[in-house]
Amino acid sequence: MAGNPRKDEISGVDTTGHEWDGIEELNNPLPRWWLWVLYASVIWSIGYWIAMPAWPGISDYTRGMLGYSQRQTVMDELAEVKAGRADIEAKIVASSLEDIAKNPNLNQYALAAGQAAFGDNCAACHGSGAQGAKGYPNLNDDHWLWGGSLEDIHYTINYGIRSTHDETRFNDMTAFLADEILEKQEISDVAEYVLSLSGTSSDSEAAQRGLPLFEDNCVACHETGGVGNREMGAPNLSDKLWLFGGDKKTVVQSISYGRKGVMPTWEARLDPVTIKALSIYVHSLGGGE
Amino acid sequence: MSTKLEQIVKEATVEVEAVNKKENRPLYKKREPIFPKRAVGQFRRLKWLIMIVTLSIYYLVPFIRWDRGPGAPDQAVLIDFPGNRFYFFFIELWPQEVYYITGILIVAGLVLFFFTSLFGRVWCGYACPQTVWTDLFIAVERWIEGDRNARIKLHRHKWDFEKIWKYTLKHTIWLIIGMATGGAWVFYFADAPTLLVDLFTLQADITAYSFVALLTFTTYTLGGLSREQVCIYMCPWPRIQAAMMDEDSLQVTYRKDRGEPRGRAKKSEDHKAFGDCIDCKQCVVVCPMGIDIRDGAQLECINCALCIDACDGIMDKMGTARGLIGYDTDANMARRLKGIPQKFSLLRMRTIFYAVAIFAVCAFMVYLLASRSPLDLNVLRDRNPIFVKLSDGSIRNGYTVKILNKERAPQQFLVTVTGLDFKEIKINDIENVGPAPIVDVKSDNLRSVHLFLSANAQELETSSEPITITITNKETGYSVSNDTVFIGPNK
Repeated sequence: MAGNPRKDEISGVDTTGHEWDGIEELNNPLPRWWLWVLYASVIWSIGYWIAMPAWPGISDYTRGMLGYSQRQTVMDELAEVKAGRADIEAKIVASSLEDIAKNPNLNQYALAAGQAAFGDNCAACHGSGAQGAKGYPNLNDDHWLWGGSLEDIHYTINYGIRSTHDETRFNDMTAFLADEILEKQEISDVAEYVLSLSGTSSDSEAAQRGLPLFEDNCVACHETGGVGNREMGAPNLSDKLWLFGGDKKTVVQSISYGRKGVMPTWEARLDPVTIKALSIYVHSLGGGE
Repeated sequence: MSTKLEQIVKEATVEVEAVNKKENRPLYKKREPIFPKRAVGQFRRLKWLIMIVTLSIYYLVPFIRWDRGPGAPDQAVLIDFPGNRFYFFFIELWPQEVYYITGILIVAGLVLFFFTSLFGRVWCGYACPQTVWTDLFIAVERWIEGDRNARIKLHRHKWDFEKIWKYTLKHTIWLIIGMATGGAWVFYFADAPTLLVDLFTLQADITAYSFVALLTFTTYTLGGLSREQVCIYMCPWPRIQAAMMDEDSLQVTYRKDRGEPRGRAKKSEDHKAFGDCIDCKQCVVVCPMGIDIRDGAQLECINCALCIDACDGIMDKMGTARGLIGYDTDANMARRLKGIPQKFSLLRMRTIFYAVAIFAVCAFMVYLLASRSPLDLNVLRDRNPIFVKLSDGSIRNGYTVKILNKERAPQQFLVTVTGLDFKEIKINDIENVGPAPIVDVKSDNLRSVHLFLSANAQELETSSEPITITITNKETGYSVSNDTVFIGPNK
């Protein structure tokens, strides 16, 4: 490749002696502005090594005279953001949920903070759009096991359901088959009756047979007509929404073995501002009462 | 040749070579300073006039006031970044209407093409800021250091007191012009009278000072130091403009059919053997680009027409007709050489096309502006979840409704939805007023509300029903609609 430099007749410029398939390289000088930029960059970089963190060592690195640290900058910025929020967060702590919801500023802040916190903490079970899944309630609809007011939602988030907290919401759906209270046939009849409450039963005779059984065993919690009782977290069985599913097989399964879904307590894991913000956010999704 | 004429020729003639002649300018050659001589004549006067007009527009427009009522800026032309508005006299644009600016740029481009195809590089020669400011900088230079010969002498002179003070004064004035240029620039982005005071009392924002500094630097460098280098090396337009021109475009032309062979007859020679060009090179010394127009059309020539003035002056003295250098077309040059009469054809496919395009875009813009809505509506359907089933079996969809009130007064809008028999139309907002879905929007503001629509599942014939959301101004009845869909379970 490398040959002897020679003078190119056409341009009058020396070649570098490099040649590829007959194409030779002219040894034109670099543009002067380009050289200036190069020299300036070299000088700049020396200053930069002295002023800024630059060279890695074995256990440390050169810190630079200006003491700049990207990590420290981020920490400072975060602290600054936190300090900037202190004011509004103090107001949120001091205000009742009702007042927060009515105050445009606090409400806007709570909605934004709640949405972010929901994505981080709640979406794993309830879905990113709070649409829920089988066994995990949809928080957009108007069906609430324990109540959909701001206070109710706040309590649920704070203490959880069947959680480890002493104040937790708790109930215990009887496992009618496992505990040998009802026979299989009886459970099937009760299931037909339960389905008939929302008009989805296909066997009215069985439903008739199930009625007395329902009244004996279920109304204590689910009330007459299966309208449910929020005090006890007993779901309304007469509406069109099912947490675990509204087909016969699933209902039989629910009666036979009970349902014991768990929602953790967030009191120790989230700060009071975040829990309030989450309450406001969940309440705003469309089902809030 | 008479003695008198010979005297004139002798006085006028300069031994000079155009420094930017192609052969004189190999790659990597250092810039050679150009000392353009003062030109006198009609084109020079026209250029002074255009300079005064364009610079006045640039410097004074921010100070024109325009009353828009309370709470709105009263500056006629203002680009209000913090307020997200662009004001131009009676026009007030929001950021999402930036296509008007695109339209203006398209029209500006077409007008430029139109004039280029008719008159060649008139933009370069008269109106380009680079030309105008360079002209101004050269005027300052000439005022301090004198005309061409004095400047060359001073340039070559050793550094003595006179040279130092003259150069210092020149560069100081250049910097002041640069500062004024940057100063005027920032006035377009803030209230000009306030900012003017703030700038001088050192209370203005650092951004303002930064831009003043930046434009001082660029004006000083481009107008004072780089000058013709900008046109020759940096500007893309000289390369592009050739595409708009043809043999019928007017250009500053040396009529070589009349001028050649150049030179002057010695007493012994027959002066009829020579053309009108006496080779005095006045056209070269006045040229701010450092070229010789007699070499023909060149990329470096900005068509400033100063060589026309210079040549006309000499022709007057010589008693020959003016116009040895003048606006002419390549086609006419060819015609004259063939002995065919000249013809100027302004109506050509190219110019007609540009004129029609300008008219079409302008008409479209005016139509857009005239039919511009004082109200804008954007509807975004919730996608997560796509729909919600409620306990009574009905289906609910959520929508984010954004209402832009561009008027300078608060307005109330009634929200109506058509396309389905809805069970409930609810605005989920803390400031919702009453059962009728009415939204208050502050003056000149955008409000985003969340709308919930519920319908019985039986209402839905397909899983996705087209619906229309309409907002109506309660007072004026003006309404805007947006089409969207209502989605339910798969059928």
